[in-house]
Formats: sequence, structure tokens, C-alpha cells
Amino acid sequence: MKKRVFALAMAAVMTVGLLSGCGDKKAQESKAPENGGSTAANAIKVGGCGPLTGGAAIYGNAAARGAQIAADEINAKGGLQIDLRYEDDAHDAEKSVNAYNTLKGWGMQVFLGSVTSTPGVATSVEANNDHMFYLTPSASSTDVLGGVANPLTGTVDIQRKDNVFQMCFVDPNQGSASAQYIYDQNLGSSIAVIYKNDDVYSTGVYNSFDAKAKELGLNVVSVTTFTTDTQTDFSVQLGDAKNAGADLVFLPMYYDAAALIFTQANAMGYAPKWFGIDGMDGILGVQGFDTTLAEGVMLLTPFNADAEDEATKNFVKTYQDKYSEVPNQFAADAYDCVYAIYNALTEAGVTADMSASDICDKLMAQFTAMTFDGLTGEGMTWDASGAVTKSPKGMVIQDGAYVGMD
Amino acid sequence: MNRLKSMSPATRTNFLTYAGVILTFAILQPLSAAGKISPTLQGQLVPVCAYVVMALSLNLTVGVLGELSLGHAGFMSVGAFSGAVCASALQNVIPAPGLRLGVSMVVGALLAGIVGTVISVPVLRLNGDYLAIVTLAFGQIIKSIVENLYVGVDAKGLHFSFLQPTMRLGEGGRMILNGPMGIPNISKISTFLAGFLLIMVTLAVIFNLVNSRSGRAIMALRDNRIAAESVGINVIKYKMMAFVISAALAGAAGALFSLGQNTIVASKFDFNMSILILVYVVLGGQGKMWGSILAASFLTILPETAAMRDLKDYRMLAYAIVLILVMLATNSPAVQGFFAKLFRGKKKENEKGGAQ
Repeated sequence: MKKRVFALAMAAVMTVGLLSGCGDKKAQESKAPENGGSTAANAIKVGGCGPLTGGAAIYGNAAARGAQIAADEINAKGGLQIDLRYEDDAHDAEKSVNAYNTLKGWGMQVFLGSVTSTPGVATSVEANNDHMFYLTPSASSTDVLGGVANPLTGTVDIQRKDNVFQMCFVDPNQGSASAQYIYDQNLGSSIAVIYKNDDVYSTGVYNSFDAKAKELGLNVVSVTTFTTDTQTDFSVQLGDAKNAGADLVFLPMYYDAAALIFTQANAMGYAPKWFGIDGMDGILGVQGFDTTLAEGVMLLTPFNADAEDEATKNFVKTYQDKYSEVPNQFAADAYDCVYAIYNALTEAGVTADMSASDICDKLMAQFTAMTFDGLTGEGMTWDASGAVTKSPKGMVIQDGAYVGMD
Repeated sequence: MNRLKSMSPATRTNFLTYAGVILTFAILQPLSAAGKISPTLQGQLVPVCAYVVMALSLNLTVGVLGELSLGHAGFMSVGAFSGAVCASALQNVIPAPGLRLGVSMVVGALLAGIVGTVISVPVLRLNGDYLAIVTLAFGQIIKSIVENLYVGVDAKGLHFSFLQPTMRLGEGGRMILNGPMGIPNISKISTFLAGFLLIMVTLAVIFNLVNSRSGRAIMALRDNRIAAESVGINVIKYKMMAFVISAALAGAAGALFSLGQNTIVASKFDFNMSILILVYVVLGGQGKMWGSILAASFLTILPETAAMRDLKDYRMLAYAIVLILVMLATNSPAVQGFFAKLFRGKKKENEKGGAQ
């Protein structure tokens, strides 16, 4: 028992030591950047967080790599330098706030936001409290921006976070654009929807699709759902769509689940038209997936890795050389984010010694005024709502490649 | 010091546990108020308190009652969502954040206690592995229910719907809980002080329970159920007592946790979370409350430290390796002997010092 008491006392002392010790050390670190830090003195510290590990790592890593390529290109030019740092949030709201706080301790001046939506909601609140400029590549939920009325109640549950901007489409735009597109092009007479109801992105797109479909009078015959736990078997959902006689299936989801749906639909001999959204981009890169199954899949996406313009070609080539895979939409969005911030920083004449709050004021003014040409669209503009205005491109997969539909 | 020595060993341990928590709080609170600690640690103060209470409450089931529960995150989830809904609904009724937090934690604890009572009816008719599996299943059921629950509030009060958000809210109504999207707009009202107080309350509840007649009955059940039954101890009653108190404390911890976050989703409180809390308990030592406090604090803060962040992609791998090493070390006779010797040596010196 004596041993136990001493162990206890020691342990208490050690905890205090551990906690206060680690606090002190970090406190010093957070002061360090003002004295120069590790890189050039004229470098703006740009931070970002995303799922670099875990189930959603494919998105986080793509964004981190895309952003890094942009930062490398900018730094090679000379002039204003960008010191980029990405932290892991494992697609978890609690961990994303930890990651954000770590970046704040590092001396971050501009925040590239979270890659995924749920962490994005959490970090955007923190960034808003700190008045830290926030431009997310791909957290597409309206809750990230705030200020959008809930379609159910018509009240604004989350006030607009005025320093938060998005590079991707917000979810409702994608859903209603998809419904509009299907209606305009008369793509299907009876439509089935399969969506992931524990995912903010998928549910957000579905809700707006549903509202628009009702308005346009689209004939939706089957709506089925799945969750993270059940996304290995789609026989029930596909069976329902098939029995209901759907000739077009709308899949507002990421491509990992969609790849399984195509495979399983093929096995049960069901071949409707498939319609996806930007999360479908990347399906041709899934390892072990028979890309002939995705033949004829239509999707709305802002980015096409096979586009012929010079900027896209260069980006795809650099990305392939460095990471030996074709970049997806996340990488392109993050690449655009860094360039948009860079353009705004140079336009506003921001220097590295300004505080995050001053930079935020300048960037907010720039972003609502400027026009930006990037990989994911030309003539992009932002208004005070924080949402980007750019047009989605309709794509169809033909002979194992994305081809523009229009 | 002499009074400390004259105490019974158990009382002394309890006393030192309180003292350790108070001391840590007394050091960290002024530092935190003065902004002297890093933003990362600052942001973790409340979650660490919540995880500590989770570990303590699970230790009551696992260490004191001796039953393995794999669904503890379920109770945390009930407390987290009911607490956050309560705080959101009462926003205009109780403007004082401290009071609202207190009320929300009580509501969270009550609801988790009620769910714990319901669950304990089938669960406590089972033993050992069977009980563990059933608690695991209940954890999943709670997660699925919360994932499909929609809660809105308007002038008429709270509205609920299941699977689809079908309710019609009146003028000025707003959604609080959006099914799988969780609660996206929590106003942070949890404070480190509240977390500290909850830890102290939890310790007081557990220590007083363990030192009571009921506590001894619970431990008798753990040590030998048949012998305990044969002397007339009511198995169901005492098992239920420990289980429900554990659930209620977890509910309060859940409310503290959720009200310290900007957003919560049901999938956060999954099986992995239950296992993580079980890891805290096992690492800290079953039945040892100070061990749970240390293990929960250490393992929550560890992956966010600068040293671990520097490992980049290998961070979680390193975390797992550290976990294995700590488990091995704390269970190795050689290491235990080394520490015992170290403490004995110190003890002798102390005694010498005391004699002079």
C-alpha cells in the first residue's frame, strides 16, 4: 500500500509536470514565429487541416498535395512566399479543432480550412471567433458558411461567418443543379436515389435534389439510404431501384461507395443510367475497379483531369510525377485555393509581418471583389454569402476517360 | 503528514487523488486564464475532463462491479445529445451560461441514467462475455437511434421526428438535432472549472459508493458472485446500482463534452470510442481511480503533442506503439520491481529525514 501511495503522489506530480511542461514548451513555440521561424521572413504562414489518416484520408491527402504543388510553384517564382502546413484531423470535429489550435500555435496567418464538412463546421466557428481568414477547398456543407436558411423551417440556424469562403459548390447547388440538368436533358423517366444518410455531404445534396425534383415534377420512384457501417452491400438498395423500374439512378456520394454500387449492379444484371456529382470524380482511379463498369456514368464536376488547357495539363503532370496518380477534384480545389489566396494577398499588398486579423480584413475585401481563373472554373467570383459562383461541367465517362457532355 | 500516515490506505489513496486533481486544476486554471498555455492544450482542457469522467465512470462498472461493458460511449452519446438539445432549447429561458450548463449536465445524467436502467434490465441477467456483447449491441442501437432522430424547437416547445424530418415548425422555429448531421451550432458553454467540478463530484460519488455498505456488496459480487448470493446479497439490485450510476456519470460527461464542442455527430460515439475509454481504464488499472484519471489525460493529450504531430503520417502508428509499450511496461514485474525499489529507497530516506 505504501508503494501505491508513493506511486500516486509521484503520478500526480508527473501529470502536473507533463501538463504544464508541455504547455510552456508550446507557448514558447507560439511566440517563435514572430522572430522569424524556420522559413524565410517574408513567408505567409498558411495552414490547413484534413483527414490525412483514417477512412477519409484519400480526400485529405489529395487536398494537401494539391495545395503543396501550388505553394511550391508560388515559392519558385520569388516574391511573396507561402509556408504551407497541413495537419491531420482524421475526419473528426474534435480532432480538427485540435489541429486548428496546433496551427494557431505555429503562427498560422491564413487558414485553408478543413477538407471535409463535419470538421469544417467545427473549425469555421473557431476561425470566425479568431477572425482568421478561412477558404475551404471542399467542405461543401452550408453549415460551414452559415447564414443559409434551413429548408425545413426557413430560419437561419447558424449566423453567417463573414470570414469563411468556399472553393467548391455548396451542397444545395449541386443537388438542385443535378435535378435541373436531369430535367433539362430529359435523362430519365423514373429516377431512383441512393444516398448516405450519415454523411453531411450526401444528405445535403439529396435534400436539395429532392426539393428541386418535386418542384420540377421529376418522377422519383425509389429513395434508399446507407451508412458508413453498411456501405459494403447494396443489394437491397439496388433491388429496390430495379423493382421500381428506375431507368436513372442518382448517386450523391463519394466514388468509393459508387464503385461498389456499379460492381454489384453489374453482378445482378441491372444497367440503368447513372448520375453522380463531384464526389464521383476519381472513380476511374479506384484500385481494382473494372473501369468498364463506369462506362456511361454521368457526373457534374468542376474539374476534369483530361482537360486540354495548359494549366490543367501542367498541374496533372506535376501531380503525377510527384505522387504517381491522377489528381482528383479535391487536389484541384486545394490548388485553386492557394492561388486564389496568393492572388488576393498580392493584390492587397499583404506582407508577412501583418497579423492574422489584419490579413483577414484585407482578404475578405479582396475576395468579394475579385475574379479568379483556376483549374476548377473560369471567372469565379464570391459574394458576401461566401459561396463561389462557377458553373459545373457535365461529364460522361467514355472509353475509360471523362468527356465533356455539352 | 502524520495524519496522512495514520489514515487507512484506501482513505489515503482517495485523499491523495482529490489532492492531485485539485493541485492540477490550481496550477492549470491560472495559466489557462492568463493565456500561458498553448492553444492546443487550451482547447483540450474540457475534452480531457470529459474523458476523465468517462474513464472514472467506466471504472465503476469494470473495476468495481467487475463486468466488462463495451457500450459506454452510448451513454456518453445520450448525455451529449440530450445535454446539447437542452442547452439549445433553454437558450432564452436561462441566459446564464454556467447555470444552463449545470442544468444540461443534470438532464444528460438523468436521461443516460434512465437509458442505463432500461438497458440494465436485460443486461444484468447476463454475466461475463455475454454481458459484454449485449452492451456492445446497445451502444450500436443508441448510435443508430440518434443518427435518425430529428429535434426541432418552436414557440410550442420541442418537436421530435424519426427517420425523416417531417415535423412542421411554427414561426421562429429552428432545428436543433439534424439526424446524421448532428448538432451543427452548439454554443460552447463548458469551462475547465465545470470540468474540474464534475471530476470532483464523480470522485466523491464513486469513493463514497465504494466505501459504503452497497459498495462492499458490489465488490463482493465482483470477487465471488455465488458466495455473495449465498449470504443474501441481492445481485440484480447492486449490479443495477453500479451500472446505472456509471451510466448517469457518463451522461454528465457527455453533456460536458458536447457543450465544449462546436458540432457533434452521432458517429463520433461509436464502438471505437467505447474501446478507447476501456483502454483508459485498463491502462490506469481496474478499480484504481487515480489510474483512470492519469491514463485518460495522458492518452488524450499524447497524440496532439508537438512531438507526435512532427511524426506526420506515422503519428497514429507511434501512438499505438506507445500504447503497447506502456501496457507492457506497467504489467512487467521488472519495471514494477524497479519502481518499487525506487520508492522504497526514497521512503527510507524520508524516514531518516523524519527521525532527525
